[in-house]
Amino acid sequence: MYAFDIERPTRIADAVKLLSDSSESQPLGGGQTLIPTLKQRLAMPERLVSLTAIPEMQGVCLSDDGALCIGGATTHATVAAEAGAYPALAALAANIGDPAVRNRGTIGGSLANNDPSACYPAAALGSGATIITNTREIAADDYFQGMFTTALDDGEIITELRFPVSEAANYQKFDQPASRFALTGVFVAKFADGVRVAITGASEEGVIRWSEAEEALSKDFSADAISGLDLSGDGMISDLHGSGDYRAHLAKVLTGRAVSAAA
Amino acid sequence: MPKDHGIGASPMRREDVRFLTGRGKYTDDIALQGQAHAVFARSQVANGVITSIDTSEAEKMPGVLAVFTGEDFVDVGGNPAGWQINSRDGEPMKEPKRPVLAHGKVRHVGDAYAAVIAETEEQARDAAEAIVAEIDEQPAVVDMGAALKEGAPLVHDEIGTNQCFDWGWIEDNRAATDEAIKNAPHVTTLELVNNRLVPNAMEPRASTADYDPGTGDYTLYTTSQNPHLTRLLISAFVLGIPENKLKVVAPDVGGGFGSKIYHYGEEALVLAAAKKIGRPVRWTASRSESFLTDAHGRDHVTKIELACEKDGTFIAFRTETMANVGAYLSNFSTATPTFLHGTLMAGNYAVPNVYVNVKAVFTNTAPVDAYRGAGRPEATYSLERVIDMAARELGIDPLDIRRRNFVQPDQFPFTSAAGLEYDTGNYGALVDKLEEMIDRKGFEARRKASEKNGKLRGLGVNTYIEACGIAPSNLVGVLGSRVGLYDAATVRVNATGNIAVMVGAHSHGQGHETAFPQVVAGMLGIDENSVEIVHGDTSKIPFGMGTYGSRSLAVCGSAVVRATEKVINKGKKIAAHMLEASEADIEFADGQFSVAGTDKFVGFGDVALKAYIPHDFPLEEVEPGLEETAFYDPANFTYPAGAYACEVEVDPDTGKVTIDRFAAADDFGNVINPMIVSGQVHGGLAQGIGQALLEHTTYDADGQLISASYMDYAMPRADDVPFYSVDHSCQTPCTHNPLGVKGCGEAGAIGSPPSVVNAVIDALQSGGHSNVTHIDMPLTPSRVWSAMNS
Ligand SMILES: Cc1cc2nc3c(=O)[nH]c(=O)nc-3n(C[C@H](O)[C@H](O)[C@H](O)COP(=O)(O)OP(=O)(O)OC[C@H]3O[C@@H](n4cnc5c(N)ncnc54)[C@H](O)[C@@H]3O)c2cc1C
Repeated sequence: MYAFDIERPTRIADAVKLLSDSSESQPLGGGQTLIPTLKQRLAMPERLVSLTAIPEMQGVCLSDDGALCIGGATTHATVAAEAGAYPALAALAANIGDPAVRNRGTIGGSLANNDPSACYPAAALGSGATIITNTREIAADDYFQGMFTTALDDGEIITELRFPVSEAANYQKFDQPASRFALTGVFVAKFADGVRVAITGASEEGVIRWSEAEEALSKDFSADAISGLDLSGDGMISDLHGSGDYRAHLAKVLTGRAVSAAA
Repeated sequence: MPKDHGIGASPMRREDVRFLTGRGKYTDDIALQGQAHAVFARSQVANGVITSIDTSEAEKMPGVLAVFTGEDFVDVGGNPAGWQINSRDGEPMKEPKRPVLAHGKVRHVGDAYAAVIAETEEQARDAAEAIVAEIDEQPAVVDMGAALKEGAPLVHDEIGTNQCFDWGWIEDNRAATDEAIKNAPHVTTLELVNNRLVPNAMEPRASTADYDPGTGDYTLYTTSQNPHLTRLLISAFVLGIPENKLKVVAPDVGGGFGSKIYHYGEEALVLAAAKKIGRPVRWTASRSESFLTDAHGRDHVTKIELACEKDGTFIAFRTETMANVGAYLSNFSTATPTFLHGTLMAGNYAVPNVYVNVKAVFTNTAPVDAYRGAGRPEATYSLERVIDMAARELGIDPLDIRRRNFVQPDQFPFTSAAGLEYDTGNYGALVDKLEEMIDRKGFEARRKASEKNGKLRGLGVNTYIEACGIAPSNLVGVLGSRVGLYDAATVRVNATGNIAVMVGAHSHGQGHETAFPQVVAGMLGIDENSVEIVHGDTSKIPFGMGTYGSRSLAVCGSAVVRATEKVINKGKKIAAHMLEASEADIEFADGQFSVAGTDKFVGFGDVALKAYIPHDFPLEEVEPGLEETAFYDPANFTYPAGAYACEVEVDPDTGKVTIDRFAAADDFGNVINPMIVSGQVHGGLAQGIGQALLEHTTYDADGQLISASYMDYAMPRADDVPFYSVDHSCQTPCTHNPLGVKGCGEAGAIGSPPSVVNAVIDALQSGGHSNVTHIDMPLTPSRVWSAMNS
């Protein structure tokens, strides 16, 4: 680790100001990704601006239009405990990492990081969530721009997430044996106007939607509806944990399981 | 009734009080006044010529006290291999120098070429990053087959080949074995990989050195399984510090599994640095350094053939193995694939012909050496996989084919076709016990139930034999060992009757501090809690060869017995004087010296007190004091054996394997503390299951370690393993050591991988995947799925 300063503002505006003061500043959520990176000396920010002391960025509530709102610095453990209105999301949060990770890691940090094997990106894209920052609202479909890449600008922070609550939803995660991130994970959500399917852990593009499955499932929300579909392994991640073909296969199996579990 | 003390009882492990409450004292906990910190500059490439190393910037950085490069150690010795292996043609193995710091060339990612000593670890790290090393990257050799090809890049240019040796065992049996296979009615052939493992001790390696300019004495605190051996290697081979000027202390050590047997360059570096700067110097490995530089385990590629009659009677085993030794020869690296592997290739079987060929190969990877089981897991895996395959081909029940070929109880002592003399055993009894444990009759119903849930269920079995209690010095000397493998103990009875036992074995998870007192207290008829074990300090202990090869109790425990016997004998002399009787009439039992046939006696404590307050003492016949030392060198290896069974469920949609149950029936001979023995088996099973299903050490073609962190290297977690069923009631005591014990530390890791793999193959076969006869470990979901869909 290189030496750095740390600030713990209690208001979003102060955090934004601290971040815009210097390009060498970086927001710190739960630190579950960033701190290991610093320990390995793979980054050297001069200043970390912790977001976890800002009350406005904490907690889970339901908005008037029925959407589930989650503060950007809310921990996975809090989402697991308090997002009962959206059980698929609460269950997803309850299965991230281990208790230490869940008690520290935050939803904003996870979505800002956009690890290609992370769970929350599948939920956000699969639910058609809105990512709210200090400057704007970004639709999930516009937000994810490839592995570790998002629509966020420098110094822009995720302050809140808004998840429309679906009629039925489920997340199926197949653990990568070592990290227990998603080797592949699938979030399926059924809304009045159609079904959304988001796949994480598989594509070289990061989290993706599977439109053929969405179409088939929108007509017939059953596992059988996708049995004839084929997802190609081209463009899927190949590594020591599995080939692209294996991931494509898993995505299909998990989609079926998610539909069965949700239906 | 279970006993509550002495041999055969299971008192709680007394060392756990400090371990479980965070009071263990490890090397990194030792903070010496004024200590400085070492950080190593390590190669990022697997093979490269060092053209220049510029340390001038680093030396000027804040807090820097000294910078070392390989140049500073050209005049000191190399870290040697402990066993001299000769090739089939009689040529001695190739033994390139292993320097303290790389010089001229770097040979694997993580190879240290420089070190910085600074006031703080951060300063040392900053300065290490400021060292400018010009390293001209060369093509790397990673794959053993490629390494042996003509024209392959060389790991060590000076030896002109990547082959360390080409060993045959037993060379005189080669022709007969070839002939037997040629004429056999059935031959099963299997090519397999015994996957490379990273040891992953919970405590990373650490070393702190101190030098006293006033006396010229060095002290090295280090994470070692055998501090005397480390001292010997540093003194006699590497730095030349006389043994009387070097104290090596291995305090609490958080697991070793073999990786902390060996002497590593970092230990020599901190010693040299402490002398140079006149201050203590400490170093603790990061987890990344552990992955890159701890000696790895296994890494064999093997072709095995089993020739048999149609009824399954074994005629011959023939194996050809390539064994990876990595970039340098670690201390036991040449013994592990040869005498700890080839000699076991007859298994538990009365097979007449065995021939083993092992080619050891240098590659641009971390050194490979003994890891829990060391050679014997590789032998067991090859044998028990090919036997399973043969049974399937011949339509014979997998336990029956083994039973048919076992060495029978009345054949012991039995000289196996691979040259070892097994002293005792009853393999049939182990298999009978196993069948009882696994409810084999209920298996078909369980399989049906799994199928109803869309899962495939399989049952896998295997047996194993290992050679432990390493080892008889005269035998290992013939086999090429450059050291003897006895052990030593001193039993010191204090004036007030309590006892300190100084033992050469080092405890780093094995429970010696509990088990050894059970032996001593049992023999002396005193309370276990009045016996203390002292280990891990060369200045306190007579000598010792350390802990590995399941040897602590069989070898060091035997030395403890011998020393305790000497104490009793001396006590008899003192008691005879006190009781005014003849020494020949003194009997010792239950803590009392008594005169045979009378009611006259003195207690052990009275005798101890007399020894230290020798008023009225027969000084012309007996010295004061009550302290005895014994060295014990065994007559033979010990031969633990067992029968294991694993039941798995496979999810055919994803390839995921779940272990539903696992049973282990072991013969460890006599058991001193059944609870500790079960714990050792449990740990070994977890490691074996880890190897079979999870642990996947992967280097890419450039020699980069892909699985270099826990994000990619899967260690077994609690929910990866089932509740085990273990039994050690089948006991055929060792015939040649005083406790009749055989050793239990490695069994679980040796015996478990084949039954896991056999079970998965059984499951897939039951699901109609008749073309899937083998999958290489680890059986990850993707590998199982690929096998099913190939
Ligand atoms: C052992 C382990 C297991 C894990 N398992 C899983 C798993 O199974 N599934 C899974 O999805 N994840 C897993 N994770 C990752 C975990 O969910 C992390 O919490 C997450 O990746 C990052 O969140 P954080 O709050 O810790 O962010 P940090 O590490 O603090 O930050 C990550 C990045 O996001 C930026 N950032 C943080 N907060 C914000 C914000 N509000 N706005 C803008 N930028 C921000 C930081 O500057 C940094 O670049 C695991 C992590 C560990 C250590």
